[in-house]
Amino acid sequence: MSVVTPSNEGARLLSIAGLNAYFGPTQVLHGVTLDIAARRVTAVIGPSGCGKSTFIRCMNRMHELVPGARCEGAVRLDGADIYAPEVDPVALRRRVGMVFQKPNPFPTMSVRENVLAGLRLTGRRLSEPEDAVVERTLRRAALWDEVKDRLAAPGLSLSVGQQQRLCIARALAVEPDVLLMDEPCASLDPIATAHIEDLLSTLKATYTIVMVTHSMQQAARVSDETAFFLNGELIEATHTDALFTAPRDRRTEDYITGKFG
Amino acid sequence: MSAAASSSRGERGLLAACVFAVAAPLLVLSVLVVGVVVQAAPHLDLEFLLSGPSRFADRAGIYPAALGSLALIALTAALAVPVGVGAAIYLQEYAGRGRWARLVETNIATLAGVPSVLYGLVGLEVFVRAVGLGRSLASGALTLAMLALPIVIIAAREALRAVPHELREAGLALGATRWQMVWQVVLPVAAPGILTGIILATSRALGEAAPLLVLGAVVFVSDPPTGWSSPFTALPLQVFQWASRPQEAFAQAAAAGIVVLMVTLLMLNAAAIVLRDRARRRGA
Amino acid sequence: MIALRPRIERLVEAGLGASAGLSIAATALLVVTMALEVTRFFAEVTPAQVLFDTVWAPLFAAPRYGIWPLLLGTVVTTLLAVAVALPLGLLSAVFLAELASPRTRRWLKPTLEVLAGVPTIAYGFFALTIVTPALQRVLPDLPGLNTLSPGLVMGVMITPLFGSIAEDALVAVPNALREASLALGANRLRTLALVVLPAARPGLRAALALAASRAMGETMIVAIAAGPSATMTAYIAQVGLGDVPAETTAFRTLFVVGAVLFALTLTLNQLARRGR
Repeated sequence: MSVVTPSNEGARLLSIAGLNAYFGPTQVLHGVTLDIAARRVTAVIGPSGCGKSTFIRCMNRMHELVPGARCEGAVRLDGADIYAPEVDPVALRRRVGMVFQKPNPFPTMSVRENVLAGLRLTGRRLSEPEDAVVERTLRRAALWDEVKDRLAAPGLSLSVGQQQRLCIARALAVEPDVLLMDEPCASLDPIATAHIEDLLSTLKATYTIVMVTHSMQQAARVSDETAFFLNGELIEATHTDALFTAPRDRRTEDYITGKFG
Repeated sequence: MSAAASSSRGERGLLAACVFAVAAPLLVLSVLVVGVVVQAAPHLDLEFLLSGPSRFADRAGIYPAALGSLALIALTAALAVPVGVGAAIYLQEYAGRGRWARLVETNIATLAGVPSVLYGLVGLEVFVRAVGLGRSLASGALTLAMLALPIVIIAAREALRAVPHELREAGLALGATRWQMVWQVVLPVAAPGILTGIILATSRALGEAAPLLVLGAVVFVSDPPTGWSSPFTALPLQVFQWASRPQEAFAQAAAAGIVVLMVTLLMLNAAAIVLRDRARRRGA
Repeated sequence: MIALRPRIERLVEAGLGASAGLSIAATALLVVTMALEVTRFFAEVTPAQVLFDTVWAPLFAAPRYGIWPLLLGTVVTTLLAVAVALPLGLLSAVFLAELASPRTRRWLKPTLEVLAGVPTIAYGFFALTIVTPALQRVLPDLPGLNTLSPGLVMGVMITPLFGSIAEDALVAVPNALREASLALGANRLRTLALVVLPAARPGLRAALALAASRAMGETMIVAIAAGPSATMTAYIAQVGLGDVPAETTAFRTLFVVGAVLFALTLTLNQLARRGR
């Protein structure tokens, strides 16, 4: 049983109801029910193996790409269940983007090409010149000033922190509604992490962000809502301040006070 | 003698034996190369490269065989590369681990181990006779393509496997379909490795005479092939024919042919090595 | 968001799958071709004639189909090749896996691989024009076309193949075993002989099987240096050169010999795969 405090501000964009996820016969998520508020940052925290990554991968139907993996339950984006049989997962992923733990710019492409990759890959026609898209997206990812003279350089020539912002820009160029982030700062040093955390506060004005993080401090710094998972169950989800100062569930309290990790 | 001393003597003996084992084949190869080059020297000139074979040993030339080889491997590559790379892409990116995929993989491994001469038997029965292509360039190319196919598939598969999984995930997460992701993300990264495989398969095809012998490729051909249905000869076949003749001058011609063949293969393999290095650096 | 997967995706996947299917077709062609001709052969010739006769003379007016001479020739050349490749390959594998410095390994390995890239016709020519005369100085009764010379040369040719797989087998032996042996006070030689090599045995057997299979299937070297009916592969090559009319029993001997060769090499290859 989870304690979920519905968010009052912001329209409900992503609605999860009774989500169970499996790897073959093993169940890794049990009856997760949660509403993700629009244009907020929602952090997903919990100890290793609690199902955080599996949870967000169910949001863009990447979970089912693993052989033998499946899930049941409803995940609604703007009211429509993304697991309905007529839904094309490929089209879904254009509305729900993802940034991964280890930056993965495409090695054979330049910075510029990486930014445009999402559009070129999916064969989208641009209604505006490419340069405008590249500049706008890189500005949104707080990377423009650092790379504007190096757009033709290979994507891999950037520092790791810059590469991650490049991956964020790449995901943003597709204009998703939701951005999923799976421990985006795990491979980064504190300075690069700070850059990305600053970035999140500007991004949330436009995008709905769901971020898995291993660091409670990061969740406390950056997010508006926080969801705490344990052993595949959603234990508690509420405003970040409320969760960290007055957790309702004993297990949440134990986790955030470091009794286990 | 102390145990330590005798044991280190044993170790030194081992080292000496190892060094000998490594050096001996290389020494043999040097003797081979020097011997062939020395025998070829009087015969190796521009006239050799540009004229055709003849009953007169001192006028034997390699031109039609060289062109025949060129045409042959070009056709072979045109057949084997699309099918081989396509099969590798299917196995690596689409097929998963089901029974069908495993059957195909086992099958390819089996094909890779079949002695090349047996492909000649198949080519003889199927392409030369049953399909009726006769002893033509087309039959030769189809036969060699069958031989090259498993090599291309295995090499391409390795190159595809080396592409990091995260890149595929990134592509799919952006909303690409599987083919869009394979074409625009995976293949560019795997390209140098695939190209290396193609070059390796091509060098194999260039040096193969056994299947062509069985096909009955006419070995005395005085003109280069004109089309896919013309009779043809190839470098190793021509060398074989000259080597089978008793006259010393034909032996020289054979040696000269071998030099041409080996130089060509050396260049091909050098290109493959360069590409392999580039592929390794790309992956980082 | 609701969309249908474009038909192009399905077409592409079907096309790629068809390419994979062609590889199955190739094997099918191989097997069917041989089975067909072998069956037709045995409509004319009894298995007893093949198995129990000791003379192979299918092209004569009174044909004899005893396969043993060919088989024997193949076995002899293969054994010779293996006799050369086993010690040379094993020692070079030991050198590369256990003794050489990384710097040495970096240039030595590709150098040894060059041996495998030499076209077999060059080896055959070498066997005929250089090795045979050299051997004849030691063994004056050695005929110009013999099985000794190509056997030895094939040994050199397959040494890098055997050595490479043997090296993989040695490298695969966990270091923990070596360390345990050294900690017990054994020196490197004893560790090698008593711990590493036995642990690597399955892999070494596989390497041997693979090298033998390669030697067995080799054609050009024996065709040039051993003569037309010395081994199975030499016979197949010779008949292709000649004018044996198709649809005759004599012609079909090609496929019978080919089938035997296929069966033997397949068995060896399967043994090799089992050990890896």
